[in-house]
Amino acid sequence: MATEGNIHARPIAIQPAPAGPYVHEAHHPWLQHHFDSMTQQAEASTLGMWVFLVTEIMFFGGLFMAYLVYRHASPSGFQEASHHLNIYWGTANTAILIISSLTMALAVRSAQTSQPRGTQVLFLFLTIVLGLAFLGIKAIEYTDKFKDRIVPGPNFHWEGTHAKAAEQFYSLYFAMTGLHALHMIIGVGIMSVILVMAWWRIFDEEYYTPVEVAGLYWHFVDIVWIFLFPLLYLIGRHYHAG
Amino acid sequence: MSGHVAPKTMYYAVFLALLAGTGLTVAAAFFDMGAMNNVVMLAIASIKALLVILFFMHVRWSTRLTWVVVASGFFWLLIMFGLTMTDYFSRGWVEGTWR
Amino acid sequence: MEITTVGLNYLNNGYGLKSWLLTKDHKRIAILYLLSITGFFFLGGFFALLIRLELLTPAADMVQPDTYNKLFTMHGIVMVFFFLIPSIPATLGNFLLPIMVGAKDLAFPRINLLSWYIYVLGGAFTVVAAATGGVDTGWTFYAPYSTSASNSHVITAGLGIFITGFSSILTGLNFIVTTHRMRAPGLTWFRLPLFVWSMYATSLIMILGTPVIAITVLLVAVERGLHLGIFDPALGGDPILFQHLFWFYSHPAVYIMILPAMGVISEIVQAFTRKNIFGYAFVAFSSLAIAIVGFLVWGHHLFVAGQSTYAGLIFSILSFFVAIPSAVKVFNWTATIYKGAVSWDSPMLYAFGFIGLFTIGGLTGLFLATMGLDIHVHDTYFIIAHFHYVMVGGAIMGYLGGLHYWWPKITGRMYPEGWAKFAALTVFIGFNLTFFPQFIVGYLGMPRRYAMYAPEFQVYNVLSTAGATVLGAGYVIPMIYFIWSLKNAPLAGNDPWGARGLEWEIPSPPPTENFVVSPIVTEGTHQYAPSREVGIGH
Ligand SMILES: [Cu+2]
Repeated sequence: MATEGNIHARPIAIQPAPAGPYVHEAHHPWLQHHFDSMTQQAEASTLGMWVFLVTEIMFFGGLFMAYLVYRHASPSGFQEASHHLNIYWGTANTAILIISSLTMALAVRSAQTSQPRGTQVLFLFLTIVLGLAFLGIKAIEYTDKFKDRIVPGPNFHWEGTHAKAAEQFYSLYFAMTGLHALHMIIGVGIMSVILVMAWWRIFDEEYYTPVEVAGLYWHFVDIVWIFLFPLLYLIGRHYHAG
Repeated sequence: MSGHVAPKTMYYAVFLALLAGTGLTVAAAFFDMGAMNNVVMLAIASIKALLVILFFMHVRWSTRLTWVVVASGFFWLLIMFGLTMTDYFSRGWVEGTWR
Repeated sequence: MEITTVGLNYLNNGYGLKSWLLTKDHKRIAILYLLSITGFFFLGGFFALLIRLELLTPAADMVQPDTYNKLFTMHGIVMVFFFLIPSIPATLGNFLLPIMVGAKDLAFPRINLLSWYIYVLGGAFTVVAAATGGVDTGWTFYAPYSTSASNSHVITAGLGIFITGFSSILTGLNFIVTTHRMRAPGLTWFRLPLFVWSMYATSLIMILGTPVIAITVLLVAVERGLHLGIFDPALGGDPILFQHLFWFYSHPAVYIMILPAMGVISEIVQAFTRKNIFGYAFVAFSSLAIAIVGFLVWGHHLFVAGQSTYAGLIFSILSFFVAIPSAVKVFNWTATIYKGAVSWDSPMLYAFGFIGLFTIGGLTGLFLATMGLDIHVHDTYFIIAHFHYVMVGGAIMGYLGGLHYWWPKITGRMYPEGWAKFAALTVFIGFNLTFFPQFIVGYLGMPRRYAMYAPEFQVYNVLSTAGATVLGAGYVIPMIYFIWSLKNAPLAGNDPWGARGLEWEIPSPPPTENFVVSPIVTEGTHQYAPSREVGIGH
């Protein structure tokens, strides 16, 4: 079993840390005990969110993969199906999300520059309202699809030449936009918490990691939509049913 | 702690570019350009995504590690797309079979 | 020197149930994981026992074929998703990674605790699926059988896997951020222990692969529930797409199981030969290479599934490439042992077992990556033997070796070495007796996943069942003496093996904060010889 001592007994130096990159700054109330500094804590949090967003890329990636395979299998069927999406609602929602990304970025900036809480709260509030507007429009679109009976399942009804491909397209449409909408709902929830925190005057130039990290998430959800919009709404615009 | 504070005007400029990209891609969709439709559409979407990532998400001012993380996410997506589509594109290449 | 007292540590820092269930200490969470994965290990082992009993005779006489299908499915699901995937990372990794990088905890302690609760929730779904009638699709959930034909509890089990996937993702995320952002001053990447490198590589697979299996099983559940046409050809779907998505994760998942074990072996081999690893950088980078190249080979599972011949060729060639970094490791361990001061303690026995068995498992993998040969042995017991050599002979040997090696650190107590040697030998013999006959019977043509088989295969199956009994005993013995050791074995002291590394410089069991003062690292934490000797080589 144990050998008495060891041949090269050279313990690794364990001493108190000297002044260095990770030295204690004046102890901030929001510094968790296992971090050495606010910088280290903030860097860990943002890296954590980025790594999480990579998993999100792969998560949505599975659906995009399916889209690619099925569109490759029936390109004109997908175009025909896409033609029945409402391009006005789609474009409006794209614009709404872009505006919400701007308000989000400004919310982060206002925390970063220690703006008064009114400014921070206003930008966060606008972001939430725009997110809800997006979801409202999505709900209208979904209702229309139910009315037109183009929801996949036994009641799917298609007047066109590519009924099978159309059902496939709408399977993917609901899966992709549904998952995206779920992310929006979660995003609105997160923003509401952040808004309350901003109201409590928690964020300033010393500590704004939660706003920043939540903002990364919000922008990511926007990026997913930036790809969903053309792939779902725009591929059928010039399609002429034969 | 301190992160890079970008001027407000930059955010507005990126915002306008994103709106312009949206308008452009919608307009382009109404012209029948064959396979080019997809190229244009995806090119505009990629540029928009890049703008959001670089400026709104501050990657422009982030560490090299962040760049690697972001890039690896998209790279792995391409691995999945690329190798899977290798299969679908090469179906039926062996004469007389469906494989 | 006799050690008689134990100071304030993570184990005696609070005793109530709440102090465990609400803990944010990575070491306590590791213990929570250890207890729960042990439970699942014996559950999966119970299913394996029933499978082996049924296969004693050629006829389906003990259980109906339907039941048999559920047995091997539940065995696979429980063992893969609830034991092997979390085994080393969630227990030893959780316990050691922060200590090895000189940190007080993982970067996100609350997320670490959350990941355990998510794991338990996912496990609950799976147990419910098993208790209410089981699943009979095989752990691979192939569509369209899983999406429309099977009458079993696919949705419940699928959701269990979906949920557990997130515990794996969160663990990987935590490890990656911790390795990047929590290293002690002076602890550069090339001073890290090889176990940390392997944990890092494993975490990459966890975060890049797991989301894909999550969305895939979610789509299976949605397709079953809502009749969306994603994978079922009757609804216009493509079952081969399911296999692509499934194996995009599930091939790299093999490396989630084996890479951590490789990290453990690297540590053990150094500690029990009193030598630095031969070619540190090669071993470190081979972990990353395995993680990355492992993502390019999944199509070798689809050679006979309807994938195009050309894609098959590409996947076949790429599969051969993964053998290179794996071989680098085996060669380097061997070169480390060569002329080392080898001490035959039980962790080292497991390491020897690992090296031999993993080599067999890996090399037979090359047989299977060869398209022509794979068509012959696809879906036979040859495959079963191959991946059990990797997962049981490799991953579980590494897990047990690591558990023995770090048990003194985790509990502060030694274990009876004689019994441990006996158990290690029992495991080795039982394992080979169980699975080597399966190579032969598979090559002779016995297909997997049937309750019945041709009478001429019986002798191999009897050998296999006998071996499984021995193997089972080999797993129960450590369980008994580990529990016994908690109260009765001698105290271990900081460094009972004379091993190197930050974890051996702090008390056993470690204090809650790990380090009373933050460590500063001045040389490789794994140095067994003064640095100048390393430069010249061995
Ligand atoms: Cu494989």
